[in-house]
Amino acid sequence: MIKLGVPSKGRLMQETFDWFSMRGVKLSKSGSDREYVGRVDGLVGIELVLLSAGEIPRELAAGRLHMGVTGTDLVHEKLANWSDVVSPVAEMGFGLANLIIAVPAWWCDVTCLHDLDAIAARFRAEHGFRLRVATKYHRLIRQFMTEQGVADYQLVDSQGATEGAVKNETAEAIADITSTGATIKANHLRILEDGLVLKSQATLWHSKVAQGDCSALIDKVLNAP
Amino acid sequence: MSQLRGETARLLAVFQSAGAIRVEADILQPADVLLDLYGEDVRARAYVTSDFLHGEQMLRPDFTVPVVQRHMAESAEPARYTYAGPVFRSQDTGSGRAAQSEQVGYEVFDRGPADEIEAEVFALFHQILTPLGLKASTGDVGLLIAAIEGLTTSNARKSALKRHVWRPLRFQSLLLRFSQPVKEKVLGAGGQLIGLRYASDVNERLEQLADEASAPPIPQSEMDALNDLLAIRGNLPAAFAQLQFLVQRLPSIASAVDHMSARLTALKEAGVDVAQIGFEAAYGLTAMEYYDGFVFGFYADQAGWPAVASGGRYDALTRVLGQGRDVPAVGGIIRPEFTLRLSGGDLL
Repeated sequence: MIKLGVPSKGRLMQETFDWFSMRGVKLSKSGSDREYVGRVDGLVGIELVLLSAGEIPRELAAGRLHMGVTGTDLVHEKLANWSDVVSPVAEMGFGLANLIIAVPAWWCDVTCLHDLDAIAARFRAEHGFRLRVATKYHRLIRQFMTEQGVADYQLVDSQGATEGAVKNETAEAIADITSTGATIKANHLRILEDGLVLKSQATLWHSKVAQGDCSALIDKVLNAP
Repeated sequence: MSQLRGETARLLAVFQSAGAIRVEADILQPADVLLDLYGEDVRARAYVTSDFLHGEQMLRPDFTVPVVQRHMAESAEPARYTYAGPVFRSQDTGSGRAAQSEQVGYEVFDRGPADEIEAEVFALFHQILTPLGLKASTGDVGLLIAAIEGLTTSNARKSALKRHVWRPLRFQSLLLRFSQPVKEKVLGAGGQLIGLRYASDVNERLEQLADEASAPPIPQSEMDALNDLLAIRGNLPAAFAQLQFLVQRLPSIASAVDHMSARLTALKEAGVDVAQIGFEAAYGLTAMEYYDGFVFGFYADQAGWPAVASGGRYDALTRVLGQGRDVPAVGGIIRPEFTLRLSGGDLL
């Protein structure tokens, strides 16, 4: 039995169902709408597992899922060695979002990472702590900042409503996923010119760890008319 | 394991007979001190743990910080310390390094002649490690810092460069930026004043940017000389000869080169065959933040091995930890797991 993991809720689930359905694999929730049990029609030997998109990377890496649908951002953030344990089968064209770094719009002197780094030293000297960047993407942001040579900052954890962190004075800048930039703007923030960390979209992944033959499912979705 | 204990004890005894007293350090270190010192990067290499009462703690990534703190609290000088035990390194970046490994270290806090103390520490490591066939590489971060001081450019630009001496990519991009005419900066649009940053800060930076706009580029001749400095590598006497020659074009490094000359003499007097020692002007600029003078490492001819030993001068670190006080500090660590393997021992 090949286990396919799919986000259990909302638009991401529906768009995943639509994407498979267009390729001749019909996924659905069985039982009541609130029950997280799924069924698969159009291909035998596949079991549908509905779970949180954030847990799918871990399950693929552990080999408990053979295949799974989740965002590039989550795979890159949660799996340090992601290319050793999973491989992308198909980019699905929805769930498009950019991981970006944004600062208060009124900081007219800060438009790029060079500026952010330049003001960080001064901020630290004046306030006695490092300039705080609120995010839930700790690994990706830390790696990006190191590569870009930004110093004197610190990451503070923010698991939701991250764009409000500056207004609430729990951070000076933020790093988060955005698709249209509307929430960023509404919270008086501005994306740095070179602050694009990662372009993400919903992707079908294949676990390199799980034992089992996924070729029937892969062939079917890749070679659909 | 018993052989590893034996090797650790042997190294401790060598350092103790050189006059060091044995000190201990807690495995759990308060995270805030390490974070304040090394910045966010330390999270990528240190294990962070926490409890509800004490908050974040780190499994010690090195002994340097607790040993310096201990010294600053007791401050009897001169002082020589030795220590041994495990350090921990998390595997965030796939460095391939062991999560737990042993270190034996030697640290000297002494206001005596800098060149003689550097030579003393190096010669001691050299005497332990060359019989195992290890090759030494050395460098001196002080040369680059002196070269920056001597550039024909504003103090703001000099401090920006000095701040990023340990981040070569950022350093090079700053250097490139400062060696070209300034591009006019397009400012961001305004907005509601949110967050902790002061409006006066923004205004001051705008003034700085205005000053910056008329700043002349760093002359090409100085850029060339700086890049020539960073490219110097060879055995110690050959590299020293190149540096003496470079002083004509980079007069500001003269005193750093004199210091190196004195160290060279002291090394010879300590019995080190300097022709066998490597020197790279850019050595130690990638992974060794806070080493701000003489730096060294000992390497085995084995693929995938880390430096078997490393160390150097870290006056800047004592300045940060000392809150107003500082002390000249030189020291280094040896990884006994690797010296043991080189001498044919068994880790099990």
